[in-house]
Amino acid sequence: MLGKRFNRMALGSVAGVMLMAAAACGGGDGGGTTASQEPTGASSEAPKDALKVGLAFDVGGRGDKSFNDAAYTGLEKAKTDLGAEIKELSPSADGSNRGDLLRQLADAGYNPIIGVGFAYGEDIKKTAEEYPDIQFAVVDSASNAPNVTGLLFAEEQGSYLAGVAAATKSESGHVGFVGGVESDLIKKFEAGFVAGVKSVKADAKIDITYLTPDGDFSGFKAPDKGKVAAEKMYQDGADIVYHASGDSGLGVFQAAAAAKKKAIGVDSDQRQTVKESDLQSVIMTSMLKRVDVGVFEFVKAFQGGAKGGSNVTYDLKVDGVGLSTTGGEIDDIKDKLDAAKQDIVDGKITVPAKP
Amino acid sequence: MPAGLNRALLTVAGAAVAVVLAIAICSVAIVVAGGSPFDALAAFFDFGNSARAESNSVATFLNRAVPLFIAGLAVAVGFRMNLFNIGVEGQYRIAAICAAFVGSTFTAPAPIQIGIIILVAAAVGGLYALIPAVMKVTRGVNEVISTIMLNYIAIALSAYLLREPFAGERAEGQLNTTTPPLPESGMFPDLNFVFEWFGMLPPTRNGGLWGFLLVAVALGVVIWVVLERTRFGFTIKASGLNSPAALASGVNPKKMIIAAMVLSGAIAGLIGLPEILGDRGAYTNNFTAGLGFLGIAVALLGRNKPVGIAFAALLFAFLDRAQGALQFADIPASVVTIIQGAIVLLVVVANEVTNRVALRIEERRAAQQLGRNTPVEVAA
Repeated sequence: MLGKRFNRMALGSVAGVMLMAAAACGGGDGGGTTASQEPTGASSEAPKDALKVGLAFDVGGRGDKSFNDAAYTGLEKAKTDLGAEIKELSPSADGSNRGDLLRQLADAGYNPIIGVGFAYGEDIKKTAEEYPDIQFAVVDSASNAPNVTGLLFAEEQGSYLAGVAAATKSESGHVGFVGGVESDLIKKFEAGFVAGVKSVKADAKIDITYLTPDGDFSGFKAPDKGKVAAEKMYQDGADIVYHASGDSGLGVFQAAAAAKKKAIGVDSDQRQTVKESDLQSVIMTSMLKRVDVGVFEFVKAFQGGAKGGSNVTYDLKVDGVGLSTTGGEIDDIKDKLDAAKQDIVDGKITVPAKP
Repeated sequence: MPAGLNRALLTVAGAAVAVVLAIAICSVAIVVAGGSPFDALAAFFDFGNSARAESNSVATFLNRAVPLFIAGLAVAVGFRMNLFNIGVEGQYRIAAICAAFVGSTFTAPAPIQIGIIILVAAAVGGLYALIPAVMKVTRGVNEVISTIMLNYIAIALSAYLLREPFAGERAEGQLNTTTPPLPESGMFPDLNFVFEWFGMLPPTRNGGLWGFLLVAVALGVVIWVVLERTRFGFTIKASGLNSPAALASGVNPKKMIIAAMVLSGAIAGLIGLPEILGDRGAYTNNFTAGLGFLGIAVALLGRNKPVGIAFAALLFAFLDRAQGALQFADIPASVVTIIQGAIVLLVVVANEVTNRVALRIEERRAAQQLGRNTPVEVAA
């Protein structure tokens, strides 16, 4: 009895499968042709004003309210100001398809193409060699091919100012630093922050925690881990915690709100990008890393005919890094911050890039 | 109809229904997210619109399947005797960095160089799996707990090894950490010529189609022979199905636990090699993580049999490849993760259902052969 019933059921489902497959093929064909008509038309000697900018995010992707979103802001500006057609792709959670995203953008006729994050350094070199006619840019990594522009940032200089602000504002003389992944990039943030704090209070206590070891990029999208790390610091007596951990920073802000203490954001002006209003108020300031400026200026230079093979460094001198003032919490120490900034710009202070 | 064929058909039908249901569930998610499920389906089959893009997509798809297949095999060997080796993740990462480093310290003709790298990887993976095996047989430590803990140790240890003792030269201005590069003879030859057989352009993606595919196929055949056609494989299966009975018939369970764990770990050691020998030429901080956990899903989906695992790995790779294509169609790539999760869950359910149905059919057939027309009702 049951066997017969099952056979009938199986027959029905097999028929269903075939129907779905047929539908899928039909859909596939339709989608395929429309997709293939567009880019071939555009890529075959496109008119000069058809600017197609491709951008591949780092792990965490769109919506981290920090590093990747800063890059997207620059891309959007290229769309509105320069009339560029834009496409942005996020990598898989394990980051294994970074190179393939770059190739897919290149194959779809995008030029220039921007890789966001130092992890693209290796993949962008290989892709740039495979597509010598396309211009590439990579954020946080140096140029390593004739058609690659390196967009570098002096994070340690901005972090130094964050350290000065934290040490000046701290009442307990105890501050914290939460790094996303223990990579050399994030260590630049740590080194600058520590130097900045020590310049104000030589005996200040600084707690330093990294969420994941190098090679495990999950530390940039683990708000739970960020929260635990920051909670510990606040319990131990820290009253200001600076985070350089991408999406995980949300957890740091939550911990700050719960402990009624302060936090310092990173990359974007997080007092504006974070949506929750109770979290906004704990963000004393943010260390701005103007990835948006870097991305936009690169696209603009490309339009002007610039070629790669060199690096562009965004430091305090060109306001490529700095502190945000939204909320006005650091307005009272503006003089002190400006003095520190001037000393760095003048070369009186050299901020270490390694802890 | 012979019972075996009936059973196989049922299994395939069950898996197909599970895949279709997973797609249906995902379609709902896509519609809720404001996309079109048909665009998504189209994206899965959109391999690019130029000959070059197509070749690259095919190579990406197959290259992704190779490590997934090896990971599935590694997990399945343990599953076969009810050993849950969750530690594949740690085993392959520690094995990969050790093999990449050892391979970079000397230069020998290619077969020897590659052979030694493979041996080192298998040995390190096997030894790392020996730890939980010894803990289990001597102290009765549950291997699920110990392998999970050992994963954390392996991940942190490989991060340390990459920074300090095994660190190689780094190009000016690069922040990626890497082991010293392998010599030219350490790179596994690619299979790009296969594309010419089919009249396609050879893929330009670095490394092209990884030659390690052949090693994976050979490994699959060997594991199949070992599990299905040798005494060792039989004792593994027997211990898994009924360990007291296996013990009673003279199988030493402790020996079997150690053998199965070490074999599982040795296979796990090879998971990272396709990427290192085919593309990167070193272990870097961009090395693909998480394959050990995906291997568990692949093994479940493939019902712990090499052929099934091959299909499961191809299916997962096919879905993973579409991550970029989906985003071009303005559909969030996380759809892939939803489909994969749903397929695994539904296949486990489908397996259970088909097992029961197959049992009923078999009972009915046996009853008929005994000359009775009414099947014996047996509680499932």
